[in-house]
Amino acid sequence: MTDLVWIDHALVGARPQVVGALLRYFRDLDMAEEAYQEACLRALSHWPRNGPPRDPAAWLIMVGRNVTLDQVRRTSRQQPLPDEDSLSDLEDAEGPMAERLDAGEYRDDVLRLLFICCHPELPATQQIALALRIVCGLTVPQIARAFLVGDSAMEQRITRAKARISADRLPFEPPGAVERLERLGVVAAMLYLLFNEGYSATGEAVADRLPFCDEAIRLVRLLLRLFPAEPEIMGLLALMLLQHARHPARFDAAGNIVLLEDQDRSRWNPSMIAEGMALIDKAFRHHRPGSYQLQAAIAALHARARRAQDTDWTQIDLFYASLEQAEPSPIVTLNRSVVLAKVKGPEAALALIEPLATRLDGYFHYHGARGAYLRQLGRLREARVAFDRAIACARTAAEAAHIRQHLDLLEQKAGLAD
Amino acid sequence: MLYAILCYDNEDIVTAWTQEEDDAVIAKLSVVTEKLQQAGRLGPVFRLLPTTAATTVRKGKDALVIDGPFAETKEQLLGVYIVDCEDLEEAVETAKDLARASSSHGCYELRPLSLYLPQAPAAP
Repeated sequence: MTDLVWIDHALVGARPQVVGALLRYFRDLDMAEEAYQEACLRALSHWPRNGPPRDPAAWLIMVGRNVTLDQVRRTSRQQPLPDEDSLSDLEDAEGPMAERLDAGEYRDDVLRLLFICCHPELPATQQIALALRIVCGLTVPQIARAFLVGDSAMEQRITRAKARISADRLPFEPPGAVERLERLGVVAAMLYLLFNEGYSATGEAVADRLPFCDEAIRLVRLLLRLFPAEPEIMGLLALMLLQHARHPARFDAAGNIVLLEDQDRSRWNPSMIAEGMALIDKAFRHHRPGSYQLQAAIAALHARARRAQDTDWTQIDLFYASLEQAEPSPIVTLNRSVVLAKVKGPEAALALIEPLATRLDGYFHYHGARGAYLRQLGRLREARVAFDRAIACARTAAEAAHIRQHLDLLEQKAGLAD
Repeated sequence: MLYAILCYDNEDIVTAWTQEEDDAVIAKLSVVTEKLQQAGRLGPVFRLLPTTAATTVRKGKDALVIDGPFAETKEQLLGVYIVDCEDLEEAVETAKDLARASSSHGCYELRPLSLYLPQAPAAP
């Protein structure tokens, strides 16, 4: 690994801490971002010559602050220009600075940054766009591409969010313990959203959005270091790792999605799976189950099965039942029906989802699953109606193509029966 | 004398490596470990999962179980090599070989072993 690559990682890794600290100092998002970027430029010329500082974040905070203050002074012309030597001579001040910015202070800086982006007053699209820009440091064109909107539209969205935050004069004081825990849930949800932006990408968008998964995992690791005893944060990290471990097997050579049961499991990432399993083990010792832990436990059972036919569907069904209780939603019930079809057969699965008919009428996967159960039960005419409805609800060409395969199979089956 | 070479590094940075970067680091290090292996000097080598997966059991009459590592530091223990070395001098040389191969910015701590029970359970 070259020095430059190491520096790049150090800069990206320190970003939330540094922007957070600078934001606290300047109380202006744009100014904090510019100061961070200035400091990064200095680091690129300073570190290869003088070696990396003991604490990259502390170095960047101090340099970002000094450079920006210097620029402010220059523009206001109230003071003579400081000589360059005094600016770049940081070695003496670095030690005490690093000590002053102790772990406690960092925690709140990072949290404040995440929490500002998750401000409940902002619409969800602005929350995540702002988080991607400020916390993750993605460029506006990168974010715009991910959301399939133009650069200027995304720029506007972010600017509006920033304006709203400064107009609302968000409190910069560290939130109290209870408030912090409440917001932790929102921050966790935002990070899972970020992860899913990457995980749900298909086709050409994969290359652009896959980094979101790595970024989300990095940030949840950070969050877990800040809240080391929160089982739901352990569960969230485990869930992301176990899902992301499958990435090398999720697409075929043509870029089409490979279903879980057809994936080449030898291509799953073993170290991510090991870490995810260790975390879910640790989380369950707390006896405070939550939806991330339960979803991670389900993912862990899939990861444990060496072949698709070895999957412990009975245990997965139990976890789904708990998930339904913890977080009742028609989507969770629909997912559970897929498991129930494996454990108890298509009749039970069909009975489970029939009550969802009105609520999920416009939902592609509902009609797709229903069609599959009906076909298994030999009710071919009804199956065809369900599949036709699924195609009508499909949002992508890939979804429609998938159902057409089912319809073709149906035709063959009907032909044999006739 | 058997030495434990403890590998310390900044976990935030190491866990942010991509799979390709991680593989490259391991490939470079394995050049050194293969040489040690051929010389018959290499014992078990292990890499630890991040400290977020750590649990601490504090000693005492009622042992206390805590999440996380025992101390929060800037650099974390990430892995261990057990190497047979003539003396500290040779242990330092071995660690320097590893350091050159890794070119990351952590450190290696050399600790002579006083007890060695190498029987290994199945690999994770």
